[in-house]
Amino acid sequence: MSGDPILSVRDLHVRFALASGEVHAVRGVDLDVQAGETVAIVGESGSGKSQTAMAAMGLLASNGKAAGRILYRGEDLLKLGPRRLDRIRGDRITMIFQEPMTSLDPLYRIGRQIAEPMIHHRGLGARAARARAIELLRLVRMPHPERRIDAYPHELSGGQRQRVMIAMALANDPDILIADEPTTALDVTIQAQILELLKDLQARLGMAIVFITHDLGIVRRFADRVCVMRAGEVVETGRVEPIFADPKAAYTKMLLAAEPTGRKNPVPPGAPILLEARNLAVSFHIPAGWFGRSAFELKAVDRVTLALRQGQTIGIVGESGSGKSTLGRALLRLMESEGTIRFEGRDLRSIDLRRNPEIRRELQIVFQDPYGSLSPRLTVGQIVTEGLLVHEPGLSRAERDRRAIAALEEVRLDPAMRDRYPHEFSGGQRQRIAIARTMILKPRVVVLDEPTSALDRSVQKEIVDLLRELQRVHDLSYLFISHDLAVVRALADDVIVMRNGRVVEHGPADDIFEHPRDGYTRALLSAAFGGWAGGEEPEMRSDVSTAMDL
Amino acid sequence: MSIALEPIPLDAPVRGRSLWQDAWARLKRNKAAVGSAAILLVMALASIVGPWLWPHPYDRVYPQYVRMPASLEPYPREERVLPELEQTLKRGRVDVIAVEMTDSGVRAEIASERGIDPRITRYVARNDLFSNPRIAGTSADGKSAVIEADVARLRFIAGTDANGRDLFARILIAIRISLTIGLLATFVALLIGVAYGATAGFLGGRVDNVMMRVVDILYSLPFIFFVILLVVFFGRNFVLMFIAVGAIEWLDMARIVRGQTLSLKRREFVQAAEALGVSNRAIVLRHIIPNTLGPVAVYMTLLVPKVILLESFLSFLGLGVQEPLTSLGVLIAEGARNIQGARWLLLYPSVALALILFALNFIGDGLRDALDPKER
Amino acid sequence: MLRYVLRRMGSAVPTLFIIITVSFFLMRIAPGGPFNLERPLEAKVMENLNRIYNLDKPLWQQYLLYLRNLARGDLGPSFVYRDFSVGDLFANGLPVSIQIGAAALLLALLVGTALGAFAALRQNSPLDYLVVGVATFGITIPPFVVAPILSLVFGVMLGWLPAGGWGNGALANKVLPVITLALPQIAIVARLIRGATIEALRSDHVRTARAYGLPTRVVVVVHALRAAVLPVVSYLGPAAAALLTGSIVVETIFGIPGIGRYFVQAALNRDYTLVMGTVVVVSIFVVLFNLLVDLLYAVLDPRVRYD
Repeated sequence: MSGDPILSVRDLHVRFALASGEVHAVRGVDLDVQAGETVAIVGESGSGKSQTAMAAMGLLASNGKAAGRILYRGEDLLKLGPRRLDRIRGDRITMIFQEPMTSLDPLYRIGRQIAEPMIHHRGLGARAARARAIELLRLVRMPHPERRIDAYPHELSGGQRQRVMIAMALANDPDILIADEPTTALDVTIQAQILELLKDLQARLGMAIVFITHDLGIVRRFADRVCVMRAGEVVETGRVEPIFADPKAAYTKMLLAAEPTGRKNPVPPGAPILLEARNLAVSFHIPAGWFGRSAFELKAVDRVTLALRQGQTIGIVGESGSGKSTLGRALLRLMESEGTIRFEGRDLRSIDLRRNPEIRRELQIVFQDPYGSLSPRLTVGQIVTEGLLVHEPGLSRAERDRRAIAALEEVRLDPAMRDRYPHEFSGGQRQRIAIARTMILKPRVVVLDEPTSALDRSVQKEIVDLLRELQRVHDLSYLFISHDLAVVRALADDVIVMRNGRVVEHGPADDIFEHPRDGYTRALLSAAFGGWAGGEEPEMRSDVSTAMDL
Repeated sequence: MSIALEPIPLDAPVRGRSLWQDAWARLKRNKAAVGSAAILLVMALASIVGPWLWPHPYDRVYPQYVRMPASLEPYPREERVLPELEQTLKRGRVDVIAVEMTDSGVRAEIASERGIDPRITRYVARNDLFSNPRIAGTSADGKSAVIEADVARLRFIAGTDANGRDLFARILIAIRISLTIGLLATFVALLIGVAYGATAGFLGGRVDNVMMRVVDILYSLPFIFFVILLVVFFGRNFVLMFIAVGAIEWLDMARIVRGQTLSLKRREFVQAAEALGVSNRAIVLRHIIPNTLGPVAVYMTLLVPKVILLESFLSFLGLGVQEPLTSLGVLIAEGARNIQGARWLLLYPSVALALILFALNFIGDGLRDALDPKER
Repeated sequence: MLRYVLRRMGSAVPTLFIIITVSFFLMRIAPGGPFNLERPLEAKVMENLNRIYNLDKPLWQQYLLYLRNLARGDLGPSFVYRDFSVGDLFANGLPVSIQIGAAALLLALLVGTALGAFAALRQNSPLDYLVVGVATFGITIPPFVVAPILSLVFGVMLGWLPAGGWGNGALANKVLPVITLALPQIAIVARLIRGATIEALRSDHVRTARAYGLPTRVVVVVHALRAAVLPVVSYLGPAAAALLTGSIVVETIFGIPGIGRYFVQAALNRDYTLVMGTVVVVSIFVVLFNLLVDLLYAVLDPRVRYD
């Protein structure tokens, strides 16, 4: 591909004026996009990758200012008046966003929203625009386009809404489509479908795609060229293959190395079974609604059986709504359930854990959201030692403090920070605090509920390494709940694949990753590790199953 | 396998700043809120200390000074002094031969066929314009005398009301009453609302359903009518007043606290505490209540002006506190009745009320912005 | 939809029943009665009056009697306005109150929405500060201060409009009462619209509309304002009910023959039937408008469904 770039960014700076001072979010970015190619901008949160795109589209927040040049076919978008800019955006350059749930106007039918840019830019009549909208919905493989065109956004699943956004973006045959993390909020199998759709549409329609993402896996499979950003600057840019094969910048090397690697050492045979569940089931009673909905039972977890040995890690894999988190909570008796749960042979369902704190302290949990799981008005020291107040009430204040220091050191945090409050820490640091709070009790079984999902890749790797080391040192048993197969592969001995509350496959990690038997497992794996590129489309229709948001 | 220490800025202070301290710092930057707090503080202090220091008691009637316009100049006006003296003496049935101003006061020569009774000075003393009247000399036959008196200089910086009471003193006492009712009623609402809302939210399920159904029904009652009925039927009683007002306003508070409790209960840090085995009581005390305080504080500051407004509304209808006590609503109602001749009677109490309400609203808004950094 | 409406109407009946019961007994346990005048009546006359008005029967019988009459739509005779039944009083007063209230409501919606939207579009501009300031003022200054001031300025000093009185419904007589009633509502509507519009303008779907080059007019009116109207709609229920049933303050100060001025007088005079009548009428308005507002909300927001 050669010739003049269709879009070229020169020395772009974006600054935001905040009460606390100025934030220089983009610092001198240069970028070229040729007609018809796919350029990925990759970086972690705060790298300025989204703001670069927002500046091009004139969508910066009101306190943001862009300087430099963004040339589209020789015209500087930053210098265009609003009317001239409005003639280009939505017509020649279009954009899809990360949040499919909120990017569409909830008050209007999707047909109208798809038609709006056509009516406005192309002067189409309402009837013609509607016909074209149906055609576009068919193009993005929306089931039943003639009926769905009259749906409201809330009646569609996340994946379907993203399809609507894509239909809107394609309506006027744009030259450039900017996709800002378009699959991040979606389940992996749907992610794969959306990516494949974009690739296919690009092949048919020939527009350039600027793909903004934090996911290197997507970049490798999807992009022609890549531009790695960090702290507002371009660190490295070039064709995808050479950069992945031989990264020059240290940061790129670190990013590439951040994919979790390694395998867990197997558990010695004959290790005792600590936690055991038989036919565990959790159902929610959904009461009859005021407005005519009749009552029904929702089986969140449906007859799950598992056994966790000392020092073992069982990975529980599944998409949102599969019941994996509910299973974790039910196992720790944080939630009512049916079936049997045994801890060291004792029936947990017949024991009141509030009366038996010595059992409670052995069964602990780490949550997904490092921002929500720390009480905002307590200091880190208070948070970490809260469990000690319950389980060792006799400890002196000084002794508690000593334990807090030890626990923080164990998770590699500076103990001098224990008088600070959670909001002063980064996501990775907070997750370490949450882990310290758990580990101070010296538990034996820890449920890890998506502990790395909310973190950047490079931070994820550090947390995974920390968890591994803690397991080795304390001979812990983990129940590792995640939708991220790469992380599960690096951590788990056994894997359970769940879907709609049921176990679809269960076995040693290597077996499941190498020779998946179930169709759903295969779909998950191919979505995650890229078997789909060029291959057949995964057979499952997960869009339908997740349409029910519960 | 090595784990890198996450970078922590070295110059970071070891002692952290809690969310409260952050909020306080943000509040201090908000000029409107700080100014309002200062104004409110001055008004509150003035209303507490003022009535002791102020020369005019709020219930003292000056019959000679009915509806005097507000003025920084002391009363009486020069031209009024001598005629007033003459009239006063004539009421004592004496002939007034001459009146004149002296350096220190006034002086009158009087005569009477029946002889001068020294008690004539009482007539003068009873007049608010004069003080310290004395007979400076009597003629030999006792039929004429010279009376001297000082002129009492009185200042009414906000004028006087239709009964001749100093408006400023009355405003001070009215602020005291209005603020007291505002705070007490808010406190009643807070007590009922927090207890009710936290109970419903924490217990959840069926109990919550029933409790909130009750609130819904109460919402659709025309409560203002019930308050009026209560006040009309059971007399105009200070205590009843703020109980009645507080009893209406707790509904919103209950809803807010319940909503907060429900959402906090679902937050992961509460689940984390449950997983640690922390008792319900400790969860409520350590994790739930401290996190509901922000919205509750905001709502409280916004509730005080609402209550004051409601109280002045009732007072305006003539259902408020009783004479000689007064509240801003009572004063404003009087002002509205006298608006044709004595505009200051409406003006100053209205300004006082507006200042209080404005100040409280700004503090409430500032508090909300300070506690919710996203608002900015 | 129809089923929902019927069910809501049905659930309103117990609410009204509770209101009526509580007011009835609250009123009766209070000391005094409608004929305890300053100059006591002769015992014989008193007895006759009490018999005529059924006040000599046991309280529970009176209560049942009242309920039965109410079910037939009869609100009973007024004790104080002897020549009128409560129904007559409302038949005369309610149209007047509704006229004034509806005009004020309309004015508040138009002016409030316009002010709020303009302030939101020019956030942090002098215009915005002006609107916010005026709105705070409007919420802070109670009508019993505004009413006399307006009456003084426009009625007495400038002489442009009548300072008070109804004048048989002449337009000039309605201006000041309507403005007085509307001012606080304008302030509240403007604040609600401003806040909701600012939030809507920051929302993801408005960003989408801007990203697709839609003209500002379309972005603001179609995608931001419609969402911003929703909180105003839910505020409107109680507000409309209160406005349409007459304001005690405004009707007293301007001397307007609506139903708002009856209540306090009736309560002071122990005019039992008139007090009850007012409570019943106001409650029906509240229930009705809450229902209307919920239905309107469902029309505006497709996410809300009742059936």
